[in-house]
Amino acid sequence: MPDATPPPDGRRGPNRALGNPFSSFVNFPGLFVRGLRRLPKDIWRSRFRTLDGLFHIGTAAGGGVLVALFLTEIFFLTQKSWPTITGYGFGFILGTVWNPNPPAPVFGAWPYIVGTLLTSAIAMLLAVPLSLGIAVFLSEEAPSWLRVPLSSLVELLVAVPSVVYGLWGIFVLEPIMRTTIEPDLHMSLGRIPGLGGVFPTPSAGGDVLTASVVLAIMVVPTIAAISRESMRAVPDSQREAVLSLGATRWETTRLGVIPYARSGIIGACILGLGRALGETMAVTMTIGNSNHVPSSLFMPGQTLASAIANEFNNSFSPLERSALIEAGLVLLGITLLVNLVARMLVRGLVGSGSGAAGE
Amino acid sequence: MVEASRDASATALTSTDAQVPEGPARAGKLRTESLDAYFGSKKVLDGISLDFPAHTVTAIIGPSGCGKSTLVRCLNRMHEVTPRATVTGRVTLDGADLYAMEAVTVRRRIGMVFQKPNPFPTMSVYDNVAAGLKLNGERNRHRLDAAVIKSLKGAALWEEVKENIHGPGVRLSGGQQQRLCIARALAVEPEVLLMDEPCSALDPIATAKIEQLIRGLREQYTVVIVTHNMQQAARVAEFTAFLYLGKLIEFGPTDVMFERPKEKLTEDYITGRFG
Repeated sequence: MPDATPPPDGRRGPNRALGNPFSSFVNFPGLFVRGLRRLPKDIWRSRFRTLDGLFHIGTAAGGGVLVALFLTEIFFLTQKSWPTITGYGFGFILGTVWNPNPPAPVFGAWPYIVGTLLTSAIAMLLAVPLSLGIAVFLSEEAPSWLRVPLSSLVELLVAVPSVVYGLWGIFVLEPIMRTTIEPDLHMSLGRIPGLGGVFPTPSAGGDVLTASVVLAIMVVPTIAAISRESMRAVPDSQREAVLSLGATRWETTRLGVIPYARSGIIGACILGLGRALGETMAVTMTIGNSNHVPSSLFMPGQTLASAIANEFNNSFSPLERSALIEAGLVLLGITLLVNLVARMLVRGLVGSGSGAAGE
Repeated sequence: MVEASRDASATALTSTDAQVPEGPARAGKLRTESLDAYFGSKKVLDGISLDFPAHTVTAIIGPSGCGKSTLVRCLNRMHEVTPRATVTGRVTLDGADLYAMEAVTVRRRIGMVFQKPNPFPTMSVYDNVAAGLKLNGERNRHRLDAAVIKSLKGAALWEEVKENIHGPGVRLSGGQQQRLCIARALAVEPEVLLMDEPCSALDPIATAKIEQLIRGLREQYTVVIVTHNMQQAARVAEFTAFLYLGKLIEFGPTDVMFERPKEKLTEDYITGRFG
């Protein structure tokens, strides 16, 4: 059965299982066909081949449910938002005014799109270095008595509901941001020519930066936990190989551990990014909820997710509902697109310079 | 430089027998003095005093668990990397106490090849070999190129990889990977090369190639090789140390040890009565 054997897949490098959580459904039709081919013509002659074929079909069916769900979701979102898709066209994406009130309702989701991308980008900027630092510490540096409880704590933090982060954001983070961090940023980075508009004098209430910091804090445990896991999976022989060349501990981590765990770390970051893009509750609670494109990081804003959460229960016209559902569709599209771009970027990055991965 | 290494590999290809060098006894390059090693409170090496002469191959043999891997790992301070592993006693390189130096310095002067080939999977053949030099701060492209080629030739791998030197190191066969690891260790120009059962994961043909290589390496390096294969010790090493239960039982020229062992235990082990 030459067609039934997958190619030996050493080339993706280590930690494949961790690295690519989404790739499986792409191969779904192939899996199904493979299962069918494994079914022998005379089904009763070889019991084992039959079982094998059924196993393949069974697992492929599991994947199929996933694909079906995904397609249904897109279909539902498209159908329910058809009035605004046809009514506003690209104006929905590029329009900057969102005003559901009669007599002339306008729906432009651009401020929400900007809010979504901006908060996620800042969150990732803050979260990735911090998470990798935590992961390296937990995996390489921490003494074992500290490693176990601290790792469990990080994993526990992944499971904290986002509304709790939101509350913490409102009552703890926001005052600190307003009274200390934002004035400091204004006085330091805000003095750099050209950045004064980005870091103006702060005012009261939630804003884009506060929401981004909450998001960052929320995704840190996810990225740290998965990265730590993939670093722990690096065999000691790799560390010893670098050490035996006369490397320091940092060099050992940089040359032996991080490259080997690379695909797992990238997978962790993409998962974190997905979480940041779609996070609703904590952002809604801290971003200040304004329907305008934020002119600075200290201005309130809105993300696609927070807009839906804020407006949906207050929406009475069918047209506004349709618009909010379209916002959901746009969010889904952005999430997929950003994931795709991140993957391609990473592939390009990883593909050059090293032969073991990529292609 | 390149010429010299070509000579070395030529020697590797022609010499077939390990010979005990003639002339006066050479000073020990590497010495251990009543070396004890522990994992936690468990003593795994007990009072090892050994003298590894310069430009020779010394084999360490003994049954599984006798401490031979631990012994070589003490020689470049890799033992202490394991949590709760400790060492007492002295190890000297040219008379200087290794445990008074920086571990990083020690490991640059004393290279190591491991039981299982462990090339860096994300790096090309070239980058694998250059890794140690880059760690040492070498950035000059020409010097790197020269050193990589020299090391690959020294490890008798150059002819097999020169077409695809920027291809991934992990695509090589197991034997080639192990020679790649040897090249990687040679690239930093160590004085001593430690090998911890370097052939145990390899087939006989790859093993033969590595053994040939080891015999040539003593021209430039002092080699210490751990092996559980007594024929291998006989083929490659001028001196052999026999360890049993963490103690050094016997040490001497390999042929003497195999033909007229002084200790009953050595004889029993060599003739296959245990181990």
